Amino acid sequence: MAAKELLRVENLKKYYPIKGGFLGRTVNYVKAVDDISFTVNEGETVSLVGESGCGKSTAGRAILHLEKPTAGEITFEDVKLTSLTRDEIRKIRKDMQIVFQDPFASLNPRQTVAQVLEEAMYIQNIVPPEGKRERVLDLLDKVGLAPYQADRYPHEFSGGQRQRIGIARALSLNPKLIICDEAVSALDVSIRAQILNLLKNLQREFHLTYLFISHDLGVVRHISDRIIVMYLGRIMEIADKNSLFDAPRHPYTRALLSAIPVPRPGRKKERIRLEGDVPSAIDPPPGCRFHTRCPYVKDNCRTDVPELRPADNTGDSHLVACHYFEEI
Amino acid sequence: MSEMPSGLPVESPRAASTAAGWRIIYKRLKKNRAAIIGGYLILIFILIAIFGPFFTTYDPVRVDYSLKLLPPSSEHWFGTDHNGRDVFTRIIHGMSITLYIGFLSVFVGMLVGVPLGIFAGYYGKYLDTIIMRFIDILLAFPGILLAIALVSVLGGSINNVILAVGVFSVPGFARIVRGSTMAVSKLEYIDAVRALGASDFRIIFLHILPNIISPIIVQATIRIAIAILIASGLSFLGLGAQPPTPEWGAMLSQGRSYMFDHPHVALFPGLAIVTVVLAFNLFGDGLRDAFDPKTKA
Repeated sequence: MAAKELLRVENLKKYYPIKGGFLGRTVNYVKAVDDISFTVNEGETVSLVGESGCGKSTAGRAILHLEKPTAGEITFEDVKLTSLTRDEIRKIRKDMQIVFQDPFASLNPRQTVAQVLEEAMYIQNIVPPEGKRERVLDLLDKVGLAPYQADRYPHEFSGGQRQRIGIARALSLNPKLIICDEAVSALDVSIRAQILNLLKNLQREFHLTYLFISHDLGVVRHISDRIIVMYLGRIMEIADKNSLFDAPRHPYTRALLSAIPVPRPGRKKERIRLEGDVPSAIDPPPGCRFHTRCPYVKDNCRTDVPELRPADNTGDSHLVACHYFEEI
Repeated sequence: MSEMPSGLPVESPRAASTAAGWRIIYKRLKKNRAAIIGGYLILIFILIAIFGPFFTTYDPVRVDYSLKLLPPSSEHWFGTDHNGRDVFTRIIHGMSITLYIGFLSVFVGMLVGVPLGIFAGYYGKYLDTIIMRFIDILLAFPGILLAIALVSVLGGSINNVILAVGVFSVPGFARIVRGSTMAVSKLEYIDAVRALGASDFRIIFLHILPNIISPIIVQATIRIAIAILIASGLSFLGLGAQPPTPEWGAMLSQGRSYMFDHPHVALFPGLAIVTVVLAFNLFGDGLRDAFDPKTKA
């Protein structure tokens, strides 16, 4: 793919200090995101998947600078975000938007839909005042809401409708990148499909790029071009959707994929059950993060950190962070 | 009295807090009979404060020794005091002073306490530590003693009482507002406006403040009762309103000398203070329960 690179994340780290003891000294860190790197090309949908607490949401928030990254570099359209001042970051937010998980918490209960959208336009000053109303109605139409709903308050809408409002808010600034942070996880299945299709249609229409954060592999399979698998703050595998689902190379990815239920009664499926719990992100295991639960663990997995390596001869399109993926 | 409620009545984001939301709160309030009585009393007091003085026939400050210490009668409903002034007239005239002190001192407390609380809660870290330790110092100092100290330094007058009681109310507001701000700032809609590129100023005043208004209102109503009580206390001690101002605390203090032979001189101003404080307390408690039925004490 000769697509243009839109977002580049290099060695991103986000540590949360744990304060404790007398005078609240920092005793340790929660390593929520620990050294991850990836790129997102223009117009594609990249998914970040992993179980709860693996740092996928934190990664999304750090990319948007909603949380200041501890270390690492985020490059958006060839601009290094970490070098920008607060004001410059405020300006660049126009191009990067986010859709949140909880449609009940992501809208100010005291603003009508029109006020939510107009505020976005006002902050970034992209639409002249007299054109705002028209654009609000246009946006509502794009996300499948009716004009008469513009002056209603969030509590008058259902969860799916609120999520549409959240999407309209993100769209209102004509962003290039939208980070969907578990954007459909809180919705029930039929609404989820509607919202996913809406996102797909909008992507075609506005040439959007999505970074889609989810734990739901079915959703991810439906929407993604490429998939990044995270575990305990690190990337385990990056691959195109098809090669990941057809030929997962990392033992963790395999275990994850084997957990997808198959809607065919009677069909036996090999289910890889992992032993134990996810280790704590405060004191993650040395070497490979996954070695405490990996069925194929060998001695140097416990000491050497595996780097992402190309699988087979796929060039850079399928990367795996495992010392022994060729053998398993 | 100095007990600060630590359960913070923050509206849940789902609770409608728009026109429809206020209707729900009004409905809940209506079911609480004590709160309704308190509310009506406050309304009557305000009307009395504004229009009462026009309907009284006696002069609240003119001395006439020929009428001194008369018992309650059809002519002098609450009797007369040691200077021959009609007690009822003085209580009616004192109403506006009492409410003026109550409202204004709480307003002063809000003006300082709310921004302090918001900044502490929103920015956190060092600013939070500095502000809240300052508030802790204010709290550790007995409130009445602080007010007495301030008034005795500044001199006794109604405005200085307002200032002193205002300072005394600051910690209550700062703490409530800080807690509510911290709760609201963690909600996703605050992140959402930040992601749109909103400034801190905009986030604080357009998104946080409107959503923490209900605990502030509740706190203000309860604080008014406390403020009135402390202001009367200061006047009773001779530190507040000076004679011949018909301030209830001062009247109580003057009536003290005639307690046994002419109890009406002290009794009626005392009852007036009790009624007003009770009305604000009932209404404030009712409001708190209506805003957040879960924290019913």
